[in-house]
Amino acid sequence: MAERVALTGNDSAAYALKQINPDVMAVYPITPQTELMHKFAAYVADGEVVTELVRVESEHSAMSAVVGASVAGARAATATSANGLALMWEVLYIAASCRCPVVACVVNRALSGPINIHCDHSDTMGARDSGWLQLYCENCQEVYDNTIQAVRIAEHPDVRLPVMVCFDGFILSHTLEALEVNDDETVRRFIGQFERPDNLLDVAHAQTFGMFALQNYYYEFKKQQVDAMANAPAVIQQIGDEYAELTGRSYGLLDAYRCDDADVILLGLGSTMGTVKQAADDLGEQEGLKCGVLKIRSFRPFPAEQILQAIAGAQIVGVMDRAVSFGLGGPLFHEVRSARYGHQDGPMLDFIYGLGGRDLGLDDAKGIFRSLADASESGRYEPTTRYVGVRE
Amino acid sequence: MATTSLKKLSEREDLLSGGHAACPGCGGTVILRQVLLAAQQDDYHVVASIATGCMEVVTTIYPNSAWRVPLVHNAFENSAATISGAEAAYRSLKRQGKYEGKVAFFAFGGDGGTYDIGLQSLSGALERGHNFTYVCYDNEAYMNTGIQRSGATPKGANTTTAPAGKVEPGKRECKKDLTAIVIAHNIPYCAQASPHQPRDLMKKAQKATVTEGPCFINVLSPCPRGWRFPPDQTIQIAQLAADTCVWPLYEIENGKLTINYKPREKKPVTEWLKSQGRFKHLFQPKNQYLVEEIQQDVDARWRRLLAREAADSEEPE
Repeated sequence: MAERVALTGNDSAAYALKQINPDVMAVYPITPQTELMHKFAAYVADGEVVTELVRVESEHSAMSAVVGASVAGARAATATSANGLALMWEVLYIAASCRCPVVACVVNRALSGPINIHCDHSDTMGARDSGWLQLYCENCQEVYDNTIQAVRIAEHPDVRLPVMVCFDGFILSHTLEALEVNDDETVRRFIGQFERPDNLLDVAHAQTFGMFALQNYYYEFKKQQVDAMANAPAVIQQIGDEYAELTGRSYGLLDAYRCDDADVILLGLGSTMGTVKQAADDLGEQEGLKCGVLKIRSFRPFPAEQILQAIAGAQIVGVMDRAVSFGLGGPLFHEVRSARYGHQDGPMLDFIYGLGGRDLGLDDAKGIFRSLADASESGRYEPTTRYVGVRE
Repeated sequence: MATTSLKKLSEREDLLSGGHAACPGCGGTVILRQVLLAAQQDDYHVVASIATGCMEVVTTIYPNSAWRVPLVHNAFENSAATISGAEAAYRSLKRQGKYEGKVAFFAFGGDGGTYDIGLQSLSGALERGHNFTYVCYDNEAYMNTGIQRSGATPKGANTTTAPAGKVEPGKRECKKDLTAIVIAHNIPYCAQASPHQPRDLMKKAQKATVTEGPCFINVLSPCPRGWRFPPDQTIQIAQLAADTCVWPLYEIENGKLTINYKPREKKPVTEWLKSQGRFKHLFQPKNQYLVEEIQQDVDARWRRLLAREAADSEEPE
């Protein structure tokens, strides 16, 4: 039986992980992820999980141990934030190329420097080419649901790639929300057993993992990762549908809100999309502006086709980026614009916001919608990239 | 019972096959073969990890592998962290009744991957108490990338990043005493070994296999290319390291140190230095002081080992 509970984002992820009951977890403390680790360590201490918890001496070793566990045939997971993810960087790519279907909860935090502990997406945006899938969460319910679905998606034989579940530091990780959780048995049945047919502990069939592949083979390894990632959208959708049948909460590659007849559509990731939805409601009721919100759940694989469909009718499209690629602009903006090339015309503006945890309130969100509507009406689209809420 | 009889072992299949790409006279592959043969006995199966480096590069060129035991290579600095994940998986699966069988976990790394870039990963895995054995094949420099200086390079050696030049005499600093650092972790078993004493090395590998908890074996790995000696001299060079006390063979079991080889007549360090081209420049008059310093360093370390052994033998059991 499903149950309604109040949990923070970190506790939601820890609770999902408890129900997943992985064979191995390797973790290292970092704000704002640490409380997730506390909670899970308490489950271990109370014998509520079978997990071997490896309290490593760094995030680099956390990811290394997770790879070792995964090739040994274990279901493995980890969690981190910001600089911790940066320290894992080298091994992220190795986890993907060794086809380790592991799950990492990444509590989004700004990368140093200057050192900062609050939310932005600079950490996971930098890992977007590592070969991991990335699912972004709007609220604690999604943190819980995505963590459970991530296991299935990662382990699906058509995918077999690692998955990051990304959720906003403090805004979600430390905020208490009411959410619905499944009973243990439902989760256990939904995720099933993990079996890795080729594994390190199969001593009767000794294999070498992580081999040295040169000019004559490296490329084929990479192409197989490309193909697996190409299979992922259908798998994410299929598992989302299955999960909806079980829980009544549906999940796809993205979530289109009031987009059908919207003149102005804002795209983005994570918790801010909740604020933006409220702004769209308010502006529709109070000012007659037809605003839509397109929340991207799966940033990797990038759902280009589905995005184009959702924004086809808009007069202008805005993209919200909580990260910046120096010398270019917002990463999400550039990917959306690139996806439209040759298929779809129409003006676009990029809104960089919230770096280092700078707050974005309801009025700011409304201001973004209004500036899009103004640009559309006046036909003046410069500057393309706008920095919301920064002192200049 | 596990055997170290060379006759019996010669009848078994090598667990590291021929056909790999190691240089002629490489000490590393000799060490790997001896350790694997020694460890995979009775009902133990070896599962190994290896750090990026010479041994990884020459034995795992896709689609060929020289390894007849399961092996994982992850990256350069994380052989110990990787094996700790595999060992945690083993413990978890065993506890759940999902795995039968008895595994001896081994992590391998060169001196670069162990003394330097992998030191943190090694220290963490030792402190956490994983049931595994770390074997360092110490060829005293970054040989895979072209003979660069490492923390394991001895004083006075000529390397490509600390070359002997007109004003510099090669590496000025002492070799890091990694074995002492490992001992400070209070692990149940730790040893230094050498491929010229195969039975001693194999006994140590077997002790480590059956010992619960983390074990460490530091093995000197002569490198003809990097040390500049003819490839048919590998074993003699290793012998010379022990006879000059440059590389003492000893072990620490549950805190008690035993020296496994005491040369009847301790040879002067000049014999060691003369045997290898990397020390050639030390025999110029201007570098004579370094030869003296090296002899003093070796003598001091040997005296400390003897004193520790004597002190340990007096401690009540």
